[in-house]
Amino acid sequence: MARKTPEINSSSQADIAFLLLCFFLMTTSMDVDYGITRRLPPPVEQNDEDVKVKERNVMNVMVNKSDKLLVNGRPSDISLLKDEAKRFMTPRPNDETAPEVETKHFDMLGDVLMSKGVISLQNDRGTSYAMYISVQNELARAFNELKEEMAKQKFGKTLDQLTDDQTKAINEAVPVRVSEAEPVVYGAN
Amino acid sequence: MGKFRKEGKKEVPQVSTSSLPDIVYMLIFFFMITTSMRDVELKVKTSMPKATEIQKLERKALVSSIYIGPPRDAKLGTESRIQLDDAFARPADIADWIQKERDSRSEADRPLLTTALKVHKDTRMGVVTDVKQELRKVGAFRINYTTLKGSALEN
Repeated sequence: MARKTPEINSSSQADIAFLLLCFFLMTTSMDVDYGITRRLPPPVEQNDEDVKVKERNVMNVMVNKSDKLLVNGRPSDISLLKDEAKRFMTPRPNDETAPEVETKHFDMLGDVLMSKGVISLQNDRGTSYAMYISVQNELARAFNELKEEMAKQKFGKTLDQLTDDQTKAINEAVPVRVSEAEPVVYGAN
Repeated sequence: MGKFRKEGKKEVPQVSTSSLPDIVYMLIFFFMITTSMRDVELKVKTSMPKATEIQKLERKALVSSIYIGPPRDAKLGTESRIQLDDAFARPADIADWIQKERDSRSEADRPLLTTALKVHKDTRMGVVTDVKQELRKVGAFRINYTTLKGSALEN
């Protein structure tokens, strides 16, 4: 007669499972990282000719080592930067001092008036990172508001309601033209 | 009528706990899948600035982080230092490190590799600029300034 094997007591299974659960509860970190995504330009060749850009097409933003802003040679403030950048990038065909405009055709948007303006950002080696991020953020905000306006005008929707194709078209029609100047050493650190 | 009533005390039956392990196992699996162990021990402080125009960093497996900030160990001073993986590094080490990060990814993923810069807000831009110049030299163009959510005007 075969002997009956005694059943394994499974009452401690719950304890073991709880132990594991505690371990994973402690080690888990569900923080999702957020940030400003940028694309660095490829390194410049030494003998590359300087690309001539007309002065009216450039908005110069400089941040010095004590985090003070200079926009086109005039002192400015971070709270004004977004509106200044937005005003600069809004196409104004009849304004001689504003950046040049060109008309481009997009399949989804039709003819769109595009500004040729470029925002040039230059910072000192002594600028604080917090200030740099603030400036980057304010410039990004200006472009995002322009995109939002175009989405409203062309599709009657807000940006996050658009389909992927429509978002792509808007991104092409309002390119983020922020160029970071090559670093120069002025001596301050 | 009384004869239908059962005799003796009425006892509340015990709650069966036999399904407890199943519930706990379910939770375990959830946490096992979502867990991501912190892979580096931070040697620098990274209290990041705030920003509003931010995007979520998709696919964490394709992100390698560079930490920049003042050392946690007060003996090392307050000047911001660069941390790659588990050790302090100089800007010149970044090229090799990027190469190592690329080699550890599959061929198809390499162009999508993003470098997340986790920088303390009081850091001077000099260090960050040096890092960015090194990244440009090795062709790691996709970068992300990791920030917290909040108004940038409060920084």
